[in-house]
Amino acid sequence: MSEQIRVLVAKPGLDGHDRGAKVVAAVLRDRGMEVIYTGLHQTPAQIAEAALQEDVDVVGLSIHSGAHMSLFPEIQRELKERGLEDVLVVGGGIIPEEDQKELESLGFGRLFGPGSPTAEIADYIETEIAARRAGEKT
Amino acid sequence: MPVTHHDILEGFAGKERRMLSRAITLAEREAPGFPGLYDALYAQVGTAARLGVTGPPGAGKSTLLSALIREYRAQDKDVAVVAVDPTSPFTGGALLGDRVRMQEHVLDPQVFIRSMATRGALGGFARRTHEVVDLVDAFGFDRILLETVGVGQSEHDILSEADLVLVVLHPGAGDSIQALKAGLTELADLFVINKADQKGADRLETDLREMLELRFRDHGKDVPILRTVATTGEGVSELLGKIESKLAEFGAQGELTRRRQDRRQAQVRRILEQQLHNQLFGSEAQSGRIRKEQLEDTSLPPYTQATNLLKELWGAKEHSE
Repeated sequence: MSEQIRVLVAKPGLDGHDRGAKVVAAVLRDRGMEVIYTGLHQTPAQIAEAALQEDVDVVGLSIHSGAHMSLFPEIQRELKERGLEDVLVVGGGIIPEEDQKELESLGFGRLFGPGSPTAEIADYIETEIAARRAGEKT
Repeated sequence: MPVTHHDILEGFAGKERRMLSRAITLAEREAPGFPGLYDALYAQVGTAARLGVTGPPGAGKSTLLSALIREYRAQDKDVAVVAVDPTSPFTGGALLGDRVRMQEHVLDPQVFIRSMATRGALGGFARRTHEVVDLVDAFGFDRILLETVGVGQSEHDILSEADLVLVVLHPGAGDSIQALKAGLTELADLFVINKADQKGADRLETDLREMLELRFRDHGKDVPILRTVATTGEGVSELLGKIESKLAEFGAQGELTRRRQDRRQAQVRRILEQQLHNQLFGSEAQSGRIRKEQLEDTSLPPYTQATNLLKELWGAKEHSE
């Protein structure tokens, strides 16, 4: 039985810097994950709906505009509205440390700042999903 | 929270898209309970028309699909897309990017888009695709668009899942068209020259016509060639008109019924092969009837050994039951 991890990589908001998102998408693919890339300028509702249709385990958000404190919780709300509160949401981009802490306390997965080793992101997702799947089975 | 089959069946009845999405995942994972779920939904399969869309990378398939969705939505038809991309044979991973060009439809409740990776195994490719498309059909869409990359042979399987096959080409594709000529002409029910505003469209159409004439001169298969510019929408409503008239024609000729029967027979054959394989060699749920020691025995040459094993098995079965 194949249990590939499925990840949606999305860029919410208005900034046009998609290099980071593309690099992470390629890294996760090379780790054996199925990565669905959705492109730039996604609204929270679009991201949540794509996560629903693709039945992903993880949503990875990349954001460089500084609007993370409003966009991330909005995406969380849209996911919840669709019954997807179990989806792991991780983020990357320019997010100050105190904001990272606050978002993590709101139930987000880890947030990765600039210069984070990409392997660390993949490791984190693998470990976290393995733990969640093991929990589901018991 | 794990979703039960009961949830999924109720979800299908109540048009709950999350349940369609979960069901597709179960099919892809070949989950142990999936066959029961599939059979329970099977009575609802068979109302959607399935369009297979293939062509070389860069032909503009996803953009064209997006434009077709727009046209179908203007006619108030529900549309689902199943977009298949290859899994890397080295890592098992895949990058699925077809949604990028279809973003405008994401929030439309009458549109559903799902990306699928081939997940390696050659045989498994078509097997899962078939069941996934059936699930989407059972959920109640009017049209299902099946998108696949056409660069070699692997698209044959998926295209046999379609009621109508569109091959999308673009001017200047050069050598990739040479390859397609060999592989895909027989499958194509309709050619689309996309990016028709670019240089070389006339030349491409002439080439295609010559090729079709050579191939089908004797059996008179009519394969239309249409031109589109998907980015502007030019030619798309004409294309949709042609797709629909072809579907009607196939319906009247009994061709649709024939294709559906072929698909169903191939499906049952695949299931039988799988079950026979499991019976012989075992699966997670059962132990195999061929014992390890029997395989390890080297006293006979391989073909004789295999024939004897089969004889023993079938013979034993007749006596014991």
